[in-house]
Amino acid sequence: MSWPWITLIALGAWHGVNPGMGWLFAVSRGLQERRGSAVVGALPPIALGHALAIALALVVVAVGRASVPLTALRWVTAAILIGFGLSRLFRHRHPRWVGMRVGFRDLTAWSFLMATAHGAGLMLAPLFVVDAARPSCHADAGVMLSGPLDYAAATVAHTAAMLAVAGLVALVVYHKLGLALLRRAWFNLDWLWALALVGAGVFAALAG
Amino acid sequence: MTLRPDPSFYPSARLATEAPPEKLAYVVAIDPAGSLGERGGGADALTVVDLDPASAGYGTIATTIEAPNAGDELHHFGWNACSASLCPWAPNPHVERRYLLVPGLRSSRIYVFDTKPNPKKPSLVKTIEPHEIAHRAGYSRPHTIHCGPDGLYVNALGNPEGDGPGGIFILDCESFDVRGRWEVDRGPQELAYDFWWHLGYDTLLSSEWGTPKMVEGGLNPELLLGKKYGHRLHVWDLRRRRHVQVLDIGDEHQMALELRPAHDPTKTFGFMGVVVSVADLSASIWTWYRDGESWKIEKTITIPAVPADPAKLPPMLQGFGAVPPLVSDLNLSLDDRFLYVSCWGTGELKQYDVSDPRKPREVGSVKIGGIVDRTAHPKTGPLTGGPQMVEISRDGKRVYLTSSLYAAWDKQFYPDGVAGWMTKIDVNPGGGMAIDPKFLVDFGKRRPHQVRLEGGDASSDSYCYP
Repeated sequence: MSWPWITLIALGAWHGVNPGMGWLFAVSRGLQERRGSAVVGALPPIALGHALAIALALVVVAVGRASVPLTALRWVTAAILIGFGLSRLFRHRHPRWVGMRVGFRDLTAWSFLMATAHGAGLMLAPLFVVDAARPSCHADAGVMLSGPLDYAAATVAHTAAMLAVAGLVALVVYHKLGLALLRRAWFNLDWLWALALVGAGVFAALAG
Repeated sequence: MTLRPDPSFYPSARLATEAPPEKLAYVVAIDPAGSLGERGGGADALTVVDLDPASAGYGTIATTIEAPNAGDELHHFGWNACSASLCPWAPNPHVERRYLLVPGLRSSRIYVFDTKPNPKKPSLVKTIEPHEIAHRAGYSRPHTIHCGPDGLYVNALGNPEGDGPGGIFILDCESFDVRGRWEVDRGPQELAYDFWWHLGYDTLLSSEWGTPKMVEGGLNPELLLGKKYGHRLHVWDLRRRRHVQVLDIGDEHQMALELRPAHDPTKTFGFMGVVVSVADLSASIWTWYRDGESWKIEKTITIPAVPADPAKLPPMLQGFGAVPPLVSDLNLSLDDRFLYVSCWGTGELKQYDVSDPRKPREVGSVKIGGIVDRTAHPKTGPLTGGPQMVEISRDGKRVYLTSSLYAAWDKQFYPDGVAGWMTKIDVNPGGGMAIDPKFLVDFGKRRPHQVRLEGGDASSDSYCYP
C-alpha cells in the first residue's frame, strides 16, 4: 500500500478514537436503552455522517482542482488548515445539536456536523493537492489521488478505518471498561487534533 | 482547558455518590433590611463555610465576600460547568467547575465569582447587568441556574416591568454573555419558578410561583385566596424548545415550586413541592411520571397543618388557628432513593424513602425552629426560622439546612425576625437521620439561603449516563 492510502487509513483510526466523533454517543445509546445492540445500531449512522463530511470536503477539493492551478490550491489548503488548526488551539466551541433521543437521521446529521465542524475532511485535503509529479521525500510511490474512483475509494477506506476503531472502542467501553474510564482516560484530544490540522497544513505547504 | 476532565465531573449520579466528602460550602446570605429597601440596609454576601472536620475553623464562616450593591436578594445560584459537560452529543469535558453564578432575585444582577486560585476566597470577576438580560432575553428576576450540556440555563420570574411571562434564557458557558430567550413556543405558560430536566428524554419541566409583582411585596392573601398563584407543571421539548404539555394539579394547590427529577437519565419520574392548599393549609408533594408518550402527575404526600394557639401565630395566620407546613424546598439524594422535604412553617425536615416513587414512605424527621415550636438546636436556645433550603452531599451521608426563605415572606411568617443559621444533619445509610449537635453556623445579621457544596451536590449537576 502506498503512503497516501496508509495516511488515509491512519487518519481514519485517529478520527475513530476521538470521543467527539461518535463512539461515546454509541456507548450512551446502549446505556440509555440498556442493551448492547443499541451500541452497534448507532455505529452505521455515525459512520455514514462521517463519510458524508469527508465526501463533502473532497468535492470541494475537486472543484478547486478544476478551477485553480494546483500550486495555488495547495497554498490555499495549507493556509486554511494552519489557520483553522491555530484557531482551534485557542477556541473550543462545539456545535450545539440534538439531544439524547436520536434516530438514524439525527445521528447521521450529528456525526456529519461534528466531523465538519472539527475539520475532519479538511484534515485529509493535502493528500489530494500534493503534486506527485514533483519528487519529494514521500514521492516514492509517485501517487497523487485524483479522479472520482480515487475520491470514492478514499472516502470508503478512511471511513472503514474510523468505523472499525470507533466500534471497537465503543464495545470495549460498554462491555468491559465501564463509564468510570471517562474520568481517568478522557484525555483532551482537542489540542492534539488542532496540532494534526496544523501539521496537515504544513505538509501541504512543504510537500509540493 | 485541562488535559483530563475536571475530577469533580462524574458520568453518572451513581458514580458521583463515590465522590470524596466536601470540605467547603458556598452559602449566599442576604441582608434582610437591604432586600426590603429599609434604611440602613446593607449588602448581601457570598460566604464560604469550612466543612473540613480536620480544620480548626470547622463549622464556621471562613470568608465573607460582600456584594458591591445593597438589595440584590441573592437566592439560588450555580456553577459554570458540571457533569453535564460529559454528555455524548456535546462533549466538552475539559472545562473547569470554577465560577459561581449568583443571581440577585430582586436586583436582576448576576455576579460571577471565581473560586480559583483560592477556593476559600472567591473573587468577583464579572457582573451581568439587568439591562443586558432585559435587552437580550426580555426577562428579569433571575432565579434558578442549571449547567446544561450546551450552555447555562437560567430562569427568571418575569419581564422587566415585573409582569409575566417568566421564562428561561441561555448564558454562554465561557463568556457568560446573555445569548437570548430559550423558548421558541411557550404555549400557555406564563408563571415561572423552578425548572430542571430529564436529559435522557430531552424533556424539560418548569413550575409556577408568581410574577415579580405578585411576590415582591410579600405573600398577598387576596391573590392566595383568589387562587392566583401557580399550580401547574409544564412539560417542554428540550431539543426543540417547545411547550408540549400542561399538568394542572388544581387551583386549591397554590405555589408549585421545587422540581426534583430523578438523577438517573433513564428514569422518568420526579417530585414537585407545593407550598399550601387553600382548602386546609396542608402542603403536598406530587410525583410526575411518563406514561407512554405523555406525562402524568399525582399527589403522593400530604403534610397537614398543625392546630395552634392563635396568640402564637403571626397576624396573617391568626384567623386560621393553625400553622401550615409551608413546604418550601425539596431535595433528592443522588441514588434517587431519599427525598428530603423542608417544612419551613412547622420547623421540620422530613425524609422519605422514594424507592417506589409513587408510594413514598416517611423514614425520618428532625425538628428545628418553626413558627410556633421554635425548637432549639443543642447549641442554642429557641430558634426562629425553619428548615428551608436543603442540600445533600454527593455520598448522601450529610444534609445541610439553612433558615431563610425570602425577605418579604420571612417578615410575614416570622415577624420577630428569622435567625440566620445553617445546620447539619447526619443520615443513616438505611434511612433515618439526626441533627449534628456540634454543628451550627451563625450568620449574624445576615440570613443564609442556598448552599452549594464544593465539587457539586445533589442539585448542582445533571448526568447523561445511568
